[in-house]
Amino acid sequence: MSNVEKRRDRAPVPQDWTYAPAPETRDIVRLRDQYGLFIGGEWVEPKAGERFKTIAPRDEEPLAEVAQAGPEDVTRAVGTAREAFGAWSALPGSERAKYLFRIARILQERSREFAVLESLNGGKPIKESRDVDVPLAAAHFFYYAGWADKLEYAFPNRTPRPLGVAGQIIPWNFPLLMLAWKVAPALAGGNTVVLKPAETTPLTALLFCDVLRQAELPPGVVNILTGDGSTGAAIVDAEVDKIAFTGSTEVGKAIQRRLAGSGKRVTLELGGKAANIIFDDAALDQAVEGIVNGIYFNQGHVCCAGSRLFVQESIAEPLVEKLKRRMATLRVGDPLDKNTDVGAINSRMQLEKIEELVEAGRAEGAEIYQPPCRLPEKGYWFAPTVFTNVAQSYRIAQEEIFGPVLSVLTFRTPDEAVEKANNTPYGLSAGVWTEKGSRILWMAERLRAGVVWANTYNRFDPTSPFGGYKESGFGREGGLHGMEPYLSLS
Amino acid sequence: MAQAPALPRGFELPLKQRLPRIGSIDQVAVEARAGELAKRSIKKDAKVWALELAIRCCDLTTLEGQDTPGKVAALCSKAIRPDPTDASVPSVAAVCVYPNLVPTAVERLRGSGVKVASVATSFPSGQSPLDVKLREVVDTVALGADEIDMVIDRGAFLSGRYADVYEEIVQVKQACGDAHLKVILEVAELGTYDNVRRASLLAMAAGADFIKTSTGKLPGAATLPVHLVMLEAIRDVYEETGRRVGMKPAGGIRTSKNAVQYLVQVHETLGPEWLTPDLYRIGASSLVNDILMQLRKEKTGAYQSRDYFTND
Repeated sequence: MSNVEKRRDRAPVPQDWTYAPAPETRDIVRLRDQYGLFIGGEWVEPKAGERFKTIAPRDEEPLAEVAQAGPEDVTRAVGTAREAFGAWSALPGSERAKYLFRIARILQERSREFAVLESLNGGKPIKESRDVDVPLAAAHFFYYAGWADKLEYAFPNRTPRPLGVAGQIIPWNFPLLMLAWKVAPALAGGNTVVLKPAETTPLTALLFCDVLRQAELPPGVVNILTGDGSTGAAIVDAEVDKIAFTGSTEVGKAIQRRLAGSGKRVTLELGGKAANIIFDDAALDQAVEGIVNGIYFNQGHVCCAGSRLFVQESIAEPLVEKLKRRMATLRVGDPLDKNTDVGAINSRMQLEKIEELVEAGRAEGAEIYQPPCRLPEKGYWFAPTVFTNVAQSYRIAQEEIFGPVLSVLTFRTPDEAVEKANNTPYGLSAGVWTEKGSRILWMAERLRAGVVWANTYNRFDPTSPFGGYKESGFGREGGLHGMEPYLSLS
Repeated sequence: MAQAPALPRGFELPLKQRLPRIGSIDQVAVEARAGELAKRSIKKDAKVWALELAIRCCDLTTLEGQDTPGKVAALCSKAIRPDPTDASVPSVAAVCVYPNLVPTAVERLRGSGVKVASVATSFPSGQSPLDVKLREVVDTVALGADEIDMVIDRGAFLSGRYADVYEEIVQVKQACGDAHLKVILEVAELGTYDNVRRASLLAMAAGADFIKTSTGKLPGAATLPVHLVMLEAIRDVYEETGRRVGMKPAGGIRTSKNAVQYLVQVHETLGPEWLTPDLYRIGASSLVNDILMQLRKEKTGAYQSRDYFTND
């Protein structure tokens, strides 16, 4: 070795590899201080002049003031939608499709802007809004654009006609995606829309108004009203032809009571308490990924979240060990950081609800595990949580938590798995993990759930219908099935 | 519980409470997970740390018919001081050469801390009689190699003669003496992730100090999903027995970005204990220059052309 080669100049190597912050820049989003209501293609002031603040759940930073739509505003919006209905429904399907394609393309072009705003206003990790929410929203518009001129072929020997004005009320967990699920099929079918985004997450819907203008959608075809529950109630009571609601079972029931005998059509997509069932022959490491994706995706704010984990008893111990080890690698923190796996809880109200149910789980005697992780001081945060030793009767195994909280239960035979999985008032989704193809089919036949995933979880596609059994609601969104609720078929 | 396939004698997984579980790998899901981990965004200090680690873990390799003492000597200089203009850049872990060139490497690297690794057991095919392979291992160690990279008998593996594969590794390990043994699975010839996992467990049970993806002689060598499957096997063995086995992806890793993706997998699957040249190596020949380029960019803020980095 030569002398040059011998010369070393090295500081001692640090032991730990801490990922440097990798925040997505938020400058791409330009917010206004105040927003009005989007009626007839224009921004209009709310009649009563009321506004409320919308914040970023990661640090409670106020983002903008949005309008509180009252009953008069709702009447006006529905009237505008009614006026627009004539010309819009008279357009050939191929013309309506052009607008939908245009909206889809603009969503793609502006995807980064939407992703950043979605994470900022809702608290979900940027990697999810970037890779799931926004691309899927665009995909829904593309998909339903394709049906717009093929409805006669989609429903042979029947005459599909639009219903009229659809009132749509969407939740805060996937604000833009739920908007796409509702608006795309409604427009493809020739309906016009009055949509209310959730109280805590109105901003992407308001940015979407910008897209509608860019796409030159005829004024009044889509109207967007921000507000709280009372605005939603006013839409339900207004002169609409159909109500589509995604949200809690409690509100869903109230809506259905209200609409009884009114002749208005209704579809409801409500809560869930899905069973994720792991058989002993499953590919364990991948099943663990599926469990994590099933319950910690979007902080567990997912109606189809796999919140009840059923593990075959012979592998329960090693599987739970693997799960805990994996949970320790979840990165909880700033939703705008590209390396964040679990973001902020959407609102203080939701955080309190999660805390209350977790406390109930402890009190009932379940064993709690939370990986060590430092939660930010400001904002709304809850560490990924798993409960073991959970009995079927515990509240955490019965009630929807809508947070990053998993309950682990065990079973011994496939029959028992089916029985326990179906033993719930809900029936939105389920997961089955096994290497045996025949068992997947056997289980899928018996599980009373709208969606059954096999060896995967929380996968969505615009071509695939989504919806529930029992208290999870009725009606389907996505696929050809998702067209039906927006058409009268004679 | 499903009965695990019969295991060769000496398998180190515990037999007490549960049967050792070979289990299976879901292709779609493992590829999805690998894809997700590949999206980690590693910036600034974290990036510099990772790039320096990648150099420290590098097995700088030349395995060509045209290798000469001159070529190996040049490679050894590169190994000791990868960037002659910047003494803060660490040495690589080892130089990997054919047995005939081991003496050259040993001489050039003496006192530098850089290890000499060599391939044996009829690399790359492994299609020779066992006594020939063992003799090759013994001779290579005698020539001064610190580490032996062997290939498994894929012919035996694919025809289901797992015990033969196992037995061979056990004997090679014995022949290695104090030299470290890396077992090459040649994943491109194994065909499925299930086979990769099975071969990984087999090699570890037989005494491998490291498991390694590929010879580098076939297209489709190391890939991120295959790497993940092997890391998970290593982790399972550690969880069951407490033994830490090393990992070495080889072949096809040419860019810094790619190298960091491999390190992220190690970090998030096995943890920081494995982020050391004692337990992690990257087999590569052209990777180092790309890393040097990136490091200089991080330090000076500007990229320099390839002509400012030596080709050895």
